[in-house]
Amino acid sequence: MKNNTRNALPGLSLSLGYSMTYLSLLVLIPLSACFLKTATLSWKEMGDVVWSQRTLSAYSLTFSSAFFAAVINMVLGFWVAWVLVRYEFPGKRLLDSLVDLPLALPTAVAGLVYSSLYVENGWFGRFLVPLGIEGAYSKFGIVWVLVFTGFPFVVRTVQPVLEEIEPEVEEAARIMGASRWQVFTRILFPMVFPALLTGFAQAFARGLGEYGSVVFVSSNIPFVSEMAPVLIVARLEEMAYAEATAIATVLLIASFTMLAMINVLEAWSKRRG
Amino acid sequence: MVKDTRTIPIHQIRKGEPAWVKALLITGAIGILVILIGIPVLHVFYRAFENGLKAYWTSLTGNRDTLHSIWLTLSIAPRAVLLNLIFGVAAAWAVARFRFPGRTFFLALIDLPLAISPVVAGLFFVLLFGMNGWFGEWLDAHGLQVLFGTPALVLATSFVTLPFIVRELIPVMEAYGDEEELAGISLGASGWQMFWRITLPNIRWGLLYGMILCNARAMGEYGAVYMISGRISGLNDTMPLRVEKLFQEYDMAGAFALASLLTLLSLVTLGLKTFLDKKYPVHEKSKEGQE
Repeated sequence: MKNNTRNALPGLSLSLGYSMTYLSLLVLIPLSACFLKTATLSWKEMGDVVWSQRTLSAYSLTFSSAFFAAVINMVLGFWVAWVLVRYEFPGKRLLDSLVDLPLALPTAVAGLVYSSLYVENGWFGRFLVPLGIEGAYSKFGIVWVLVFTGFPFVVRTVQPVLEEIEPEVEEAARIMGASRWQVFTRILFPMVFPALLTGFAQAFARGLGEYGSVVFVSSNIPFVSEMAPVLIVARLEEMAYAEATAIATVLLIASFTMLAMINVLEAWSKRRG
Repeated sequence: MVKDTRTIPIHQIRKGEPAWVKALLITGAIGILVILIGIPVLHVFYRAFENGLKAYWTSLTGNRDTLHSIWLTLSIAPRAVLLNLIFGVAAAWAVARFRFPGRTFFLALIDLPLAISPVVAGLFFVLLFGMNGWFGEWLDAHGLQVLFGTPALVLATSFVTLPFIVRELIPVMEAYGDEEELAGISLGASGWQMFWRITLPNIRWGLLYGMILCNARAMGEYGAVYMISGRISGLNDTMPLRVEKLFQEYDMAGAFALASLLTLLSLVTLGLKTFLDKKYPVHEKSKEGQE
């Protein structure tokens, strides 16, 4: 029935044809250029590039920083989402809209500000550096700026789920004798958990590819503080196209895996919700 | 299990967490947002204006390369938004109104640019249009300069911002349904009449919303543009690229002055977004109905 009515509307071939052409030109052809370029390398060459010491340390820095940043975001994001959903206080609306700022602020600006705040004479640096906390040009600095860029994801995935939980569920549990802590760990947290994981995966995926902010905050020294996207740029500047592409392909496969995981997680959380 | 039923009266349960827990959690959340987001934003403006309004103005307008980067960004972003606008309307129409084979694949393809690192996206275009690229030789033979020029900047920016408008439009179109359009068609309207008189007015706020988000990202894009611009000052540096160059040259006043414009842009974007969320909540509700 639905199908019949839908077919009465015009424009499927035009709209689908146009958008498929656009997607092919802008996404599919460039994407296949990347894979085909990688394919021009023999397995051995590919292995040399992808498993070289410098590349490996760039991957491990990228993955570990993105991972830690996403873990920190899970905690901070859950905290902020909880407060925004459950409590009323002055200035709440302003805070709520501030959450989205990292998505709207150009990453280069984020990198510029974070490096300026955490250097020795910066607003935060002058207190932190004497304590031995280097927030700029350090691993911590990279993780922290990735926390900034990935911050909205966890808040925005957890918030709607928390909003949907009906107060009756909690009341029922409390009346039956559960403590507040039990209600939280046994009922609320498990309900929110899939959304929390989705937010984590989104923040992690964002962190893997982040370039603009990181390049300001990191000292970008090979083997020490060079992230994978920075290494791609470096290889390209040496005109080593195939090698840059090989590293990019590994990064691509990692992001596609994350994308697939996010979809599975979302399906899972819908089924539970 | 039900040992202390009587000790928890219902009105106490409804009050939620004890006051001190509440206060602690709220303070913590405010602290997180202030340290992570609030102070950095203030810092941009503080650093931009620390030597006074006049110094701010000179570091913005006194530098021809900086002025050029502003102009370039203002000329690239609208083109990318326009390209994605046409695509967004077409793709949303197909997805929201029809079931066709490969629809899931089509949707996944739309989301793809979000999952790809901007640097990798930039690399794609280098591989296509660079000297050793697929089209490089042909373009070179015909005297066309795509890479390092405005066309490549527009393409890369469009790639990165591709999902923004269509992702806003699909739920909006699904939410208001196809009854009005069907009525129009059955009363004899042509496809284009239906589009201009019914579809477009219905989706206008979603369209505006998507354009605002798309534009913010387009103006602020860094990684993808960095790869393909060639980074020649006064020629193909966009605003974010210019910020980095000034930073590398230790011209902090200039870097922060330019950064303050970009920050202002993001604040305006957020303001408009909040305003639209409040005024047209249809957009928010429709997200729940999304499959």
